[in-house]
Amino acid sequence: MIKDPYPAGIASGWRLLNAAEFVADREDEADVVIVGSGAGGGVAAEILARTGLKVLVVEEGPLRSTDDFHMRESEAYPQLYQESAARKTADKAINILQGRCVGGSTTVNWTSCFRTPESTLAFWQSRFGLATYTPDALRPWFEMVERRLAIHQWDMPPNVNNLTLRDGAARLGIATHAIRRNVTRCWNIGYCGTGCPTGAKQSMLLTTLPTALEHGATIYHGLRAQRLVLSGNGARLLECQAMDAQGIHARPVRVSLRARHFILAGGAIGTPALLLRSAAPDPHQQLGGRTFLHPTVVSAALMEGLVEGYAGAPQTIYSDHFLDNRPVDGPYGYKLEVPPLHPVLVATTLQGFGAAHATLMRSLPRVQVILALLRDGFNDASKGGQVRLRGDGTPVLDYPLDEMLWEGVRRALASMAEIQFAAGAKRVYAVHEECAGWDDWSAARAGIAALEMRPLAMRIVSAHVMGGCGMGMDPRASVTDPAGRHHQLENVTVADGSLFPTSVGANPQESIYGIVARNISLLAPMLSGQPAPALA
Amino acid sequence: MASRRTFLKTGIAGGVLLAMVAAFHEPLDRWTRKELVGRMPRAEARRVALTAIIPVILQGALPSDAIERAAAVSDAVDGVAVAVAALGASAQEEVAELFALLLFAPTRIAAAGVLPAWDEAGEADVAAFLTRWRTSRLGLLQSGYQALHDLVLGAWYADPAHWAAIGYPGPPLLGKE
Repeated sequence: MIKDPYPAGIASGWRLLNAAEFVADREDEADVVIVGSGAGGGVAAEILARTGLKVLVVEEGPLRSTDDFHMRESEAYPQLYQESAARKTADKAINILQGRCVGGSTTVNWTSCFRTPESTLAFWQSRFGLATYTPDALRPWFEMVERRLAIHQWDMPPNVNNLTLRDGAARLGIATHAIRRNVTRCWNIGYCGTGCPTGAKQSMLLTTLPTALEHGATIYHGLRAQRLVLSGNGARLLECQAMDAQGIHARPVRVSLRARHFILAGGAIGTPALLLRSAAPDPHQQLGGRTFLHPTVVSAALMEGLVEGYAGAPQTIYSDHFLDNRPVDGPYGYKLEVPPLHPVLVATTLQGFGAAHATLMRSLPRVQVILALLRDGFNDASKGGQVRLRGDGTPVLDYPLDEMLWEGVRRALASMAEIQFAAGAKRVYAVHEECAGWDDWSAARAGIAALEMRPLAMRIVSAHVMGGCGMGMDPRASVTDPAGRHHQLENVTVADGSLFPTSVGANPQESIYGIVARNISLLAPMLSGQPAPALA
Repeated sequence: MASRRTFLKTGIAGGVLLAMVAAFHEPLDRWTRKELVGRMPRAEARRVALTAIIPVILQGALPSDAIERAAAVSDAVDGVAVAVAALGASAQEEVAELFALLLFAPTRIAAAGVLPAWDEAGEADVAAFLTRWRTSRLGLLQSGYQALHDLVLGAWYADPAHWAAIGYPGPPLLGKE
């Protein structure tokens, strides 16, 4: 039985306001304004609304829920993703998938959950002074969000796309493990990325946001946060603009939101951009810098049997072998996972055109794909990107690609091809403009060594944007303190993936849930005089 | 305005081709922005170019019957327009600049290397243009190729009418409605 909670919730008085329908300017006031309704904004909204604070949530994207999700890429990408799932870095060399809808990326992600790796936390402690970020200190917070969001070891068999990673790796003595997922009664159909149509995914859309709404929170959707109006050492007002019906252009209808405290959770491109547009103090030029992506490269294989990578839970097996077998701050390590293989995602990702492309597309049911996510931000030379503003105030991420990254890319392509051939692949294609495919591992090894690595020729994608408002003890080398409070603005707290001083080295959603739950639970008593309620 | 010329400045590195493009850069900026992009029937001009480009990108996927093929190409042109309209404001502007570059005869010849007008260009002309841009060392041209690649192939395979040919059964029926 599928139940979308929104129709009944709206009938019961949930305050959900679609700013795309506003025709006149308006104002509102609350204790707390939260910008963004994804992993960070959702968790913050539930905790703060349950302490009795008046909470307003601002979401640029639209409200779409279970009943609206039809498993169509043609609907999902324009409606639910930033820039129609075609957001690019400044030189167009990296395509970024980010959600932009009520629930943010949690509405469209592939449900992979990992606690922040201990090696990452150790690096944050030693390099950024985040002394309280120990595995022991964070464990209760991860356990709490795991209970709240039903994060658990999923017990159905992986689909063939995932099994191929597991089996190929096993033949080479490479360990893989099952991914924990935030689902309840999952139908195992494979359409997490177009919005879960059964309500199984425990996204913010179906968990924290409904609870916040039950406790009187208001969600404005179709509303773009343009600028914080600053005075003294803080912000007093958030100026917003209503979006048009398509969600592409802001209209000249303004919404002014006053609050005692502002929580920024618009994602690791949106949050630095809002602070840049607000001319927030940035005495040490840290804002928007050290933005990380887990730059991801793709290896496609043609298998003998059916893979049907469009069916079944999309991401259920991973390997950290190539992260764990090297020092965290040395040459790039990479995590191996697989993606769902739906027609638009596959057709736009695979290189080439004409007959060669059409032939590969006709083999879609036999195509298997592995992803390698490079762990950026740990080596001294891995400085990530910089969020900048275009002339119209919209953000763009400049992420330079260097030789050290290409060296990691080459190793990652080789690892994936070797695993695919070990699993029985008939042909393997590195997703690179100049690759026409190889028929065996020795040809692939030589071919990968010979590929010319340069931006745009080597296709790179990312679904994990992190950093830009990094936490640290030293205000000269960070934007926020270890609790996510802005170093210079006393009533501004950052609560999303932009907090991370490096990439996470794992799919980031659970890191955001756990760390934001901790930080906002520290903040809540200061704002409300009440102890923070446990999420679960 | 910096943002208006972002696409044209992206990845510029050097070379004879670049010099030729650059020679038309300023007139293009004044001209195409105001004339081509502004006043000319943009959708119609784009349609002419895309009607030449799409059959080459979709070779092997289009029906062989001439009438069905023409209808499929026409639908694909519409599909690209829908895909462009869903992009962010800045990307839409860059796509407008890409088409301005392809439609303005001097830059069509200099940058795309297509001598005949689009409605007279043969498939070999178009394939050579796509290959030149795909393998170009200029980020400007290579990102232009990739924009065409993603828009045309994305729009084509978004259409349920094209799923059976690739063995994709479509989403399962959930018995919801």
